[in-house]
Amino acid sequence: MTAVLDTAPAEPKSPAAPGRGRLVLTRLLAARGATAGAVIVLLLFLLAFAGPYLTPWDYATPNYTAIRQPPSAEHWFGTNGIGQDVFAQTVRGLQKSLVIGLLVALLSTLLAGLVGACAGYFGGWADRALMFLVDLLLIFPSFLIIAIVSPKLKGAGWLAFVLLLALFNWMITARVVRSMTLSLREREFVRAARYMGVAPFRIILRHILPNVSSFLIIDATVTVGGAVMSETALSYFGFGVRPPDVSLGTLLAAGTDQAPVFPWLFYFAAGLLVLFVLAINLIGDGLRDALDPTSDRSTP
Amino acid sequence: MIGYLARRLGYYAVLLVVAVFLAYALASAALGPRTYFEAKQPRPSAAAVDRQLTALNINDRTPVTTRFGVWAEDLVLHGDLGRTIHDTSVNEEFGRRIWVSLRLLLVGSLLGMALGVAGGAWSAVKQYRLPDRALTILSFVLLSMPVFLVALFLKNGAIAAKDATGREVIPFVGYETPGLAGGVGAHLADWGLHLLLPTLALALGGLATYSRYQRSTMLDVLGSDYLRTAEAKGLTRNRALLKHGLRTAVIPMSTMFAYNFLALFTGAAFTETIFAWHGMGEWFIQAINEQDVNAVVAVNLFAAVTVLAAGFLADALHAALDPRVRY
Amino acid sequence: MSASLLEVSDLTVDFGAVPAVRGVDLAVRRGETLGIVGESGSGKSVTALAVLGLLPRAAAVGGSVRLDGRELVGLPDKELARIRGSRIAMVFQDPLSAFTPVYRIGDQIVEALRIHRPQGRAAARRRAAELLDLVGIPAPERALDSFPHEFSGGMRQRAMIAMAIANDPDILLADEPTTALDVTIQAQVLDVLRTAQRETGAALVLVSHDLGVIAGMADRVAVMYAGRVVETAPVDELFARPRHPYTLGLIGAVPRLDGRGGPLVPIPGTPPAPGTVTGCPFAARCPLVEDRCRTAEPALTGDDGHLAACVRAGELAARAPRPEEVYPVPPVPPAGRPGEEILRVTGLVKTFPVLKGTVFKRRVGTVHAVDGVDLAIRRGETLGLVGESGSGKSTTLYELLALTRPEAGRIDLLGRDTAGLDRAGTRELRRAVQIVFQDPMASLDPRMPVGDIIAEPLRAQAAPRAQIDRRIPQLLRQVGLEPAHASRYPHQFSGGQRQRISIARALAVEPELLVLDEPVSALDVSIQAGVLNLLQRLKAELGLAYLFVSHDLSVIRHLADRVSVMYLGHTVEAGTVESVFESPRHPYTRALLSAVPLPDPVAERARTRILLAGDPPSPRERPSGCPFRARCQVHALLDDARRARCEQEVPLPQAAAPGVDHLAACHYPDA
Ligand code: SF4
Ligand code: SF4
Repeated sequence: MTAVLDTAPAEPKSPAAPGRGRLVLTRLLAARGATAGAVIVLLLFLLAFAGPYLTPWDYATPNYTAIRQPPSAEHWFGTNGIGQDVFAQTVRGLQKSLVIGLLVALLSTLLAGLVGACAGYFGGWADRALMFLVDLLLIFPSFLIIAIVSPKLKGAGWLAFVLLLALFNWMITARVVRSMTLSLREREFVRAARYMGVAPFRIILRHILPNVSSFLIIDATVTVGGAVMSETALSYFGFGVRPPDVSLGTLLAAGTDQAPVFPWLFYFAAGLLVLFVLAINLIGDGLRDALDPTSDRSTP
Repeated sequence: MIGYLARRLGYYAVLLVVAVFLAYALASAALGPRTYFEAKQPRPSAAAVDRQLTALNINDRTPVTTRFGVWAEDLVLHGDLGRTIHDTSVNEEFGRRIWVSLRLLLVGSLLGMALGVAGGAWSAVKQYRLPDRALTILSFVLLSMPVFLVALFLKNGAIAAKDATGREVIPFVGYETPGLAGGVGAHLADWGLHLLLPTLALALGGLATYSRYQRSTMLDVLGSDYLRTAEAKGLTRNRALLKHGLRTAVIPMSTMFAYNFLALFTGAAFTETIFAWHGMGEWFIQAINEQDVNAVVAVNLFAAVTVLAAGFLADALHAALDPRVRY
Repeated sequence: MSASLLEVSDLTVDFGAVPAVRGVDLAVRRGETLGIVGESGSGKSVTALAVLGLLPRAAAVGGSVRLDGRELVGLPDKELARIRGSRIAMVFQDPLSAFTPVYRIGDQIVEALRIHRPQGRAAARRRAAELLDLVGIPAPERALDSFPHEFSGGMRQRAMIAMAIANDPDILLADEPTTALDVTIQAQVLDVLRTAQRETGAALVLVSHDLGVIAGMADRVAVMYAGRVVETAPVDELFARPRHPYTLGLIGAVPRLDGRGGPLVPIPGTPPAPGTVTGCPFAARCPLVEDRCRTAEPALTGDDGHLAACVRAGELAARAPRPEEVYPVPPVPPAGRPGEEILRVTGLVKTFPVLKGTVFKRRVGTVHAVDGVDLAIRRGETLGLVGESGSGKSTTLYELLALTRPEAGRIDLLGRDTAGLDRAGTRELRRAVQIVFQDPMASLDPRMPVGDIIAEPLRAQAAPRAQIDRRIPQLLRQVGLEPAHASRYPHQFSGGQRQRISIARALAVEPELLVLDEPVSALDVSIQAGVLNLLQRLKAELGLAYLFVSHDLSVIRHLADRVSVMYLGHTVEAGTVESVFESPRHPYTRALLSAVPLPDPVAERARTRILLAGDPPSPRERPSGCPFRARCQVHALLDDARRARCEQEVPLPQAAAPGVDHLAACHYPDA
């Protein structure tokens, strides 16, 4: 991955350490998709967290005098079957979905990085045991396991759900990290550290993880989107977030049957969901181009 | 190559056994068939509940290893997956539903892969031109929708079409028209029509994933030395691309196939439910709500076997495509 | 000049705003060999690719390339495709990536044949077999059905040449055809290229960074620098009386195997970033620079076919100075006398299991990577460890550095047996022995600033902060860098500077033994000379001992006091540099030495070459008797009785005469 940097001529007179950060940022800004994605994600976060203060309606309070009203100046997204304000519900659900997505991505990426790096670096039995575990967890679609366990977790709330999602989301990333580690381990700077007597965990922390960080950052970004999708899917079928909590998934589940007749019950939540994941994917794609020096195809 | 595949197969067998045991233990621990019986009206006596649970081999007072032993013995010796919580045969239900699900999975995965590979390769060759941009946007949008949402959109579309025209243009409920008269041809056409939307719901996701991936492996290949060699010996760029580029760029797709199948399986479960197909996915959701341990384990077994079969297929495909792994 | 087959004039190639080739003129006549020599980034490979129109689309090509008077630049792909492979064929550098991995070698050659001359499969296959036979691939029928990954590097390059000459081209373009190969294999492949040229009567354009290869092959030479030809002349003329200071510097920077040629002259600095200079691009590095050099880029002029792009070319032509008379040579302080022994390795053995299977691994064979190695180094001494790939020299190093009990044999470092080290002992030895790796990019963590990189061994030794802060500037100065460089990242340095950083890191904890694993082989010659001189100076100043591993015998000859030659995990010859290089005793050493090309066309022509047969056997097989037997040129000529001894008895290292420091492991060292 350093091939291109290597051919770049050194400029001894350049100011001290312009650093990668700036380079990545310039490239990122140059990618219009990524910028648009970032703006959308920011706006959605703003909507999710400031939205509840914009409307006088509470997401949970029913209002039997205003049932299934179409969007209007008063109820921006209309109301549902028991007169709850759909806008208030949607921003509330969005908030929950976003938080779940972020947490899951954070946890699962951490886990993946750690497991992958250890398996790759230590090799031998540790590697074999960890990879067996990965294969084992990959045999079942995670949905099956989560669905089985979720009734037990009814009382534990949505944080338990986050843990479950994270627990079944790290395996493929860990595999990639492992194979990257395998090649990093034979790289000379890691060997050099070993021969200097640097301790193994220190090597993982100081050399291996920073060098897979680009990949992990990209992966974590995309995972946010993936986790939100898993959340909505599971919640839709009643295995994730449960009432009285609302998330995009529960909203979609509630609105599905009435979608052909009362579209506002369904399409606002659906639209926000697609918009958010799309924006995340755009950022991920832009990051990939910006962080990966080989993606610059103009240099021979 | 045979040796390689045989070794993979052996490994998968070990994985399968361990995985099924874990699934059994998990389902037994998480589900509460006792509460299911206790909730019956009139409420049966504790002894009666116990008796019934024992008869079904799902009594939580028997150690789980013992229960698993009985279950596994029945499975291995008689091919018997046990009884459902309604005391009917799991095997029968399984047999009824498996073809419904397999039909969807098979057609969906193959169609998605074929479309994705073709689209991705085309996209790479036309990099940054109109077809590439269009396909890129399409796949980004598709990748941003969970399968159930795609399925719902399709279904809502079909409903809208029905409402607009007054008749069912494309069927969106079930996998056949009940009591259809006519010959084999009519039945096949009917099947095909029913397959259309659910398969599309699955295949679109595949199209998006595969095409993105194929596009990037193809782009890597575009800069490769051997492509340059192929041109240097006198092939035109396009022929070199088709003959040397594409052939090498599809190799990584086999790994992708294995991973993507996992996602597909989940998607299929949702799709079945949405289009009211009586397949494994629907059964699974139903079984969980009824605390039906044996049915849940049976679906898990089905999932594990299909996922491993997909993995094995991917290995075989990889070995067939890439001479470097045939040792 | 009308007889030119290929005429390149004012060729330019730009990648976006970056010019890679800036007005190159070349002419190739029927049947001749034109050598293009230059360092990385000089534009030599881009020029070759531009001729065939094989550059990526992002490249803008200007100027003209005429084949028999027909313009090739701007020709549509279809027409060009008809010329490529039939009239002009190409041999690439890396033969592994240059073959499509999923098709059989035979099918790829057959394809090349059938593109240009429609013919039946069977006929094409027969012809392909003939071609493989011509380039010296044994059992060509079987080889046709092999996949590229089943071939060794040398075999692949032969097959590549076979494919290139399949359609009797008029011109063969070879882009660094032997760079990825070992020196004995390089000799074979160059020989095949000569054969191919003889058989087809094609002109050969040989692109290389290796002056030795060029000297031995070319009739005429073009030297490229910063995207232009700076000098071109018949080969003898160019090496004897270079007219461009750059050429002169290059010749002076290459260490020579025959030990002649005086001190190495380093060319200071690095080539300019493309598109940044006006005037002579070499001005920043040229010792003869004058004010007028900076005003306009000198044109390529001269007489008798000897052209140079330098305003002082005439002066150089008249005076014909030696490189060290033009370039300042840093004084190398004399090395002290070697002291006590600090490393002794006896009978070292290391094997690797060959495993198969995914979860349940089975052992299906054993690689005898190191199979009886003896080494000894004294304080203040440089031991050169020489061997080709697969000889086990790297494994030997890693075994040394592991600081554990070896599988068999014994390692004594600074008087301590590594088999019985306690924690404190290990720590002390980790300080005393440091390593410098080959690839200066790979050996520096790209995510760390240089200061942290250099501090790492100090931290591992738990040195106090204040001491670390004091050491870093000191170390940077010691290796010829500036203290301010500490805050930069590795990618901001050139290759030579990075290698200096590696050396600074190794010196940080004041080691006694420095293990140098091919420290200059990734560098261009003009840079390499500077690093070698630095190493020599440091050794003299700090009284270090070096274990210098290299496949490049010329470098070893230049730097080492003693040398040890490895083949297939065995030490086959060892002794002082003079004795081993002047009077090699082991047949392998003799072949190895004769395979190294000299950067001197006259000497090259006068040499007789010993060409070894075949590739080194796989270290998985462990032949009985002498490990070199299968390729030994001496063994092949022995009578049966004496042969039998080679086959049955493993030869042990024996001194040339009692008390003489020159061992060879051969039964018939003087045959
Ligand atoms: S033109 Fe001047 S700077 Fe350039 S090589 Fe000649 S003397 Fe040196
Ligand atoms: S022992 Fe025999 S085979 Fe080995 S190098 Fe000497 S002569 Fe050759």
